[in-house]
Amino acid sequence: MANTIAENYLHQSTNKYKGILSWLLTTDHKKIGLLYFVSILFFFLVGAIIGLLMRLELIAPGRTIMGPQTYNTLFTLHGVIMIFLFIVPGLPAIFGNFFLPIQIGARDVAFPRLNLLSWYVYMVGAILALVSLFLPGGPIDTGWTFYIPYSIRTNTNVSLAIFAAFVLGFSSILTGINFITTVHRLRAPGMTFFKMPLFVWATYATAWIQIIATPVIGITILLVIIERAFGVGIFDPALGGDPILYQHLFWIYSHPAVYIMILPAMGVVSEIIPTFSRRTIFGYKAIAMSSLAIAFIGYLVWAHHMFTSGMSDTARWVFSLLTFIVALPSGVKIFNWVATMYKGSIDPQPPFLWVMSFIFLFSIGGLTGLVLGSLATDIHVHDTYFVVAHFHYVMFGGTGTIFFGALHYWFPKMFGKMYNIKLSKIAVALFFIGFNMLYFPKFILGYMGMPRRYYDYLPQFEPLQKVSTVGSWILVGTIFFIVGYFIHALIKGKKATSNPWGGVTLEWHIPSPPIQENFEVIPTITHKPYDFSQLKEMKNE
Amino acid sequence: MNNSHEVTLENHVHRDDVGARMGMWLFLFTEVLLFGGMFLVYAVYRFQNQEQFKLAALELNTGIGTLNTIILLTSSLTVALSIAAIQNKNKFLSIVFLNSTLLLALMFMVNKYFEWSTKFAHGIYPGSKELLEKPNGQILFYGLYYVMTGLHGLHVLIGMIILYIIKRQIKKDIITPDKYVKLENSGLYWHLVDLIWIFLFPLFYLIQ
Repeated sequence: MANTIAENYLHQSTNKYKGILSWLLTTDHKKIGLLYFVSILFFFLVGAIIGLLMRLELIAPGRTIMGPQTYNTLFTLHGVIMIFLFIVPGLPAIFGNFFLPIQIGARDVAFPRLNLLSWYVYMVGAILALVSLFLPGGPIDTGWTFYIPYSIRTNTNVSLAIFAAFVLGFSSILTGINFITTVHRLRAPGMTFFKMPLFVWATYATAWIQIIATPVIGITILLVIIERAFGVGIFDPALGGDPILYQHLFWIYSHPAVYIMILPAMGVVSEIIPTFSRRTIFGYKAIAMSSLAIAFIGYLVWAHHMFTSGMSDTARWVFSLLTFIVALPSGVKIFNWVATMYKGSIDPQPPFLWVMSFIFLFSIGGLTGLVLGSLATDIHVHDTYFVVAHFHYVMFGGTGTIFFGALHYWFPKMFGKMYNIKLSKIAVALFFIGFNMLYFPKFILGYMGMPRRYYDYLPQFEPLQKVSTVGSWILVGTIFFIVGYFIHALIKGKKATSNPWGGVTLEWHIPSPPIQENFEVIPTITHKPYDFSQLKEMKNE
Repeated sequence: MNNSHEVTLENHVHRDDVGARMGMWLFLFTEVLLFGGMFLVYAVYRFQNQEQFKLAALELNTGIGTLNTIILLTSSLTVALSIAAIQNKNKFLSIVFLNSTLLLALMFMVNKYFEWSTKFAHGIYPGSKELLEKPNGQILFYGLYYVMTGLHGLHVLIGMIILYIIKRQIKKDIITPDKYVKLENSGLYWHLVDLIWIFLFPLFYLIQ
């Protein structure tokens, strides 16, 4: 298909303005996706640098480069930024925004202006979080969980920082509403639910968790702010309030939130594996349904964060059992992905390599989750580096890896430029090495008894702490290396063809970069989503 | 009901009333969950402090509570009538009913103001000396009372602003008898505000 520059969305405006305003006031879901992309990437890099500084402090026992109070604020900020500003909105807001409408054959999302508003709400939240750093009182130092009673006693800027989280939650809710309505209302003719690509299924399930779980954290955060401002006593033990109740309410959101983080990543994996195996996905319906199952069961396991907080034994074993059940739909996905590759014609391009790295890291993260989910072992490793390692393997090794995987997969489509394949293959390897060096020692340290969030440690932990810090240098270096070759590709990259990987979902049927409203004529869907017999017809298009 | 779902390249008009209503219902669902968190907290503390909650509730003015319930229920009726009026192409009547809704909402807030200020005058407000001398259960009851009715009051205020904007749009013919989904959605929001009050009223004023 011929595609002149004037036609592609990057150079067209949805309003009467040109230049920067054509971006800031756009209602095009693709441009909004890119607005999110730039802002989220920025906060990701900030969060990564904070992590780097923390690791640097921990390279030797005692004070190295900062005092304990600074360290406390840094680990809080690292958590708040990475969770609320990067990983929760990350995949849905960037790639969901960009590709969900295209993959179901729509011209835009259901509420384009609301979509733009969500981005502004996100930015307001982000700016509030940044402002809270510099106001008198000092940055928040409670840890990203804002546990009571410390969060109502400390004099740092807790209220403003958690209000930022409230605002960000609002943005998340609006995006969720938009995506659900889009999927229900704007599918192209012939695009039945069971012909939707699995990324759409995953984003759809995510959107449901976003609107079901986020209001609960909203009200909880609001109550903490009210408690700090007026002392109403709802969570204050001195006035009869119950701090454990706070923990319940917090985790009722924050546990489903980890599925907000991981489900879209699993959706991306389900896109990449068939494309590079040239084979239809194994167990399409099972994967689609397992997304919904994870969304549903994931809502009922929150108290496994609180096994040592004080609960009845019955509650503890019930929550432990439910936690183990979540492993089932996750396992369904892993086995189906691997089965898809069987007898496939595998083409190990960079996106596929990222996915391989994901399966390895995520499996370690998932299996150590079972160690934490069983009561007896959890008592031993609770609140140690083991939890930190598990969480980073699942979230960073899972969603973070796929953030890069998705970027490598869809970059040619989004910008119409191709990056350097050789460099990106080196980057996957470096990322994998750096990642394991950084986080695997934490499993061992945690098992040995190193508590999380501690500023200082005993001398016997020093060798592994050093390995971990060196790993952080490799990892952060690699991240900047990746950003570097993508920027190079934007400026000097070769033009990408409309279907560089041989994918068959709808985004590969349209030019790279896509035109303003995605399709000249809304397509009628006749094929299953991963039917590679289409490739021949597509070559003739 | 209009079910147009047309997208044309020439004029970029996209209209989907069913989609708009679906979006609104999803949003209301999040509001229910927001208050759901509060009702959960209420349930836990009521269970833990049954006697104190009963004693504290005796102080509340059931008369004003009942009056406000009647006012809010009536305002829900007038909003529904306003939608019916625009469906029957009666712009004038639709505006009249919206005005009466706004008036009733204002009455609700005025009553609320007097109710709260009487409490304040008796020294019952979060952090006050007199309240802190009471047992923990009563402190919690009043804490919840102020937070939940306060949050509800905030919703009434937001609803009033929305309805006022809608009224102006009807006047300016932005909302017309063929295109009134905004009015419908605002009506839905107002019913939610009403619905939440229906639960707050017995929990605070009637269980004594």
